[in-house]
Amino acid sequence: MENLLNIFIKSIFVENMVFAFFLGMCSYLAVSKTVKTSIGLGIAVVFVLLITVPVNFLIEKFVLKKGALVWLGEGFADVDLSFLTFIVFIAVIAAMVQLVEMIIEKFSPALYNSLGIFLPLIAVNCAILGASLFMQEREYANIAEATVFGIGSGIGWLLAIVGVAAIREKLRYSNVPDPLKGLGITFILTGLMAIAFMGFMGITI
Amino acid sequence: MSNKEKEPIFSAKNFNLLTAPLNKNNPITIQVLGICSALAITVKLKPALVMALSVTIVISVSNVVVAALRQYIPERIRIIVQLVVIATLVILVDQILKAYAFDVSKQLSVFVGLIITNCIIMGRLEAFAMANKPWPAFLDGLGNGAGYGIILIIVSFFRELLGSGTIYGYPVLEKIGLYSIGYENNGMMILPPMALIVVGLIIWAQRGRDRSLIENK
Repeated sequence: MENLLNIFIKSIFVENMVFAFFLGMCSYLAVSKTVKTSIGLGIAVVFVLLITVPVNFLIEKFVLKKGALVWLGEGFADVDLSFLTFIVFIAVIAAMVQLVEMIIEKFSPALYNSLGIFLPLIAVNCAILGASLFMQEREYANIAEATVFGIGSGIGWLLAIVGVAAIREKLRYSNVPDPLKGLGITFILTGLMAIAFMGFMGITI
Repeated sequence: MSNKEKEPIFSAKNFNLLTAPLNKNNPITIQVLGICSALAITVKLKPALVMALSVTIVISVSNVVVAALRQYIPERIRIIVQLVVIATLVILVDQILKAYAFDVSKQLSVFVGLIITNCIIMGRLEAFAMANKPWPAFLDGLGNGAGYGIILIIVSFFRELLGSGTIYGYPVLEKIGLYSIGYENNGMMILPPMALIVVGLIIWAQRGRDRSLIENK
């Protein structure tokens, strides 16, 4: 339990997707103009991460890893499919995004309308594939750890995008040098926020 | 960076495809694409160069493939088709890196895989390759890869020089004797946040020189 909490806190603050690894920067920069839309996208990202990371964990464990296919029979003990990782993970993510889109459309049209445009974009958000690849690289022991890591990364991303959107809304009233307007100042802002987040470094519970 | 030999096949329009992304239409500083992997691997010059090269190869080849297939790709599933093309190329690049440059491949860790979701590639496939012939698409890919590479090289050059005091692993500052008069490396430059700030400064410099690029808000 303590271990899970540790992974959770770590993935939100210490190893924040945006501030420590710059993942999902494209949509982070493009969608962070208002707080409202950024919350929508953030929630969609949490949702997709919550589903794709555990699914990819199971695929990694029972299909891709060296010797993972042994449950099919002794003859498969030497099969190593790990070179297929990228293509399988991205296919799972694209399929899951499609599935999530259809489920939300069916059961909650209101949420669908507010997330609508963002959902397809998520398939190519690097934070999603990044989380699956980190999950593989760090070799989490069981599905609970992988799921907690997925949720934590999603919440970290949500925090980052909502925070920067709030600052950008205020920034409209400030006098930024012309060449820095828009993109430039957002980069420097993110840099400063990342420095603040480095204060969390080394936290363990 | 760009190959400048004059062939008849390089019409003015084609040549522009190659050079525009280097400055006026730079994928990182103007189109805001592909930031994700651009920043994390710019601590040292060597991984940045390898990354720039890998992205350039993947983007030009996938542009050609998609441009050649563009008549046959159904509209509804085009994203999946594009992802499959990109993912296949990235697997090739990854395997080649693992075979011939293992230490760099370890340094890049997950970021090789993340070339798949690099928005530059998807963005160029959507915006250019789906509507153009293979040859212009190839030039467009090459140009955008080079534009991406230039920013990566500038950022990593400054971060390596100021942060570790070396250029491509060569201890420049030690050789010219700065340490003996009390100079110290700026450890801040190695940390992730400084990559963002350096890119911010590059954008400032670029838009300060060419004021037509300034965003009106």
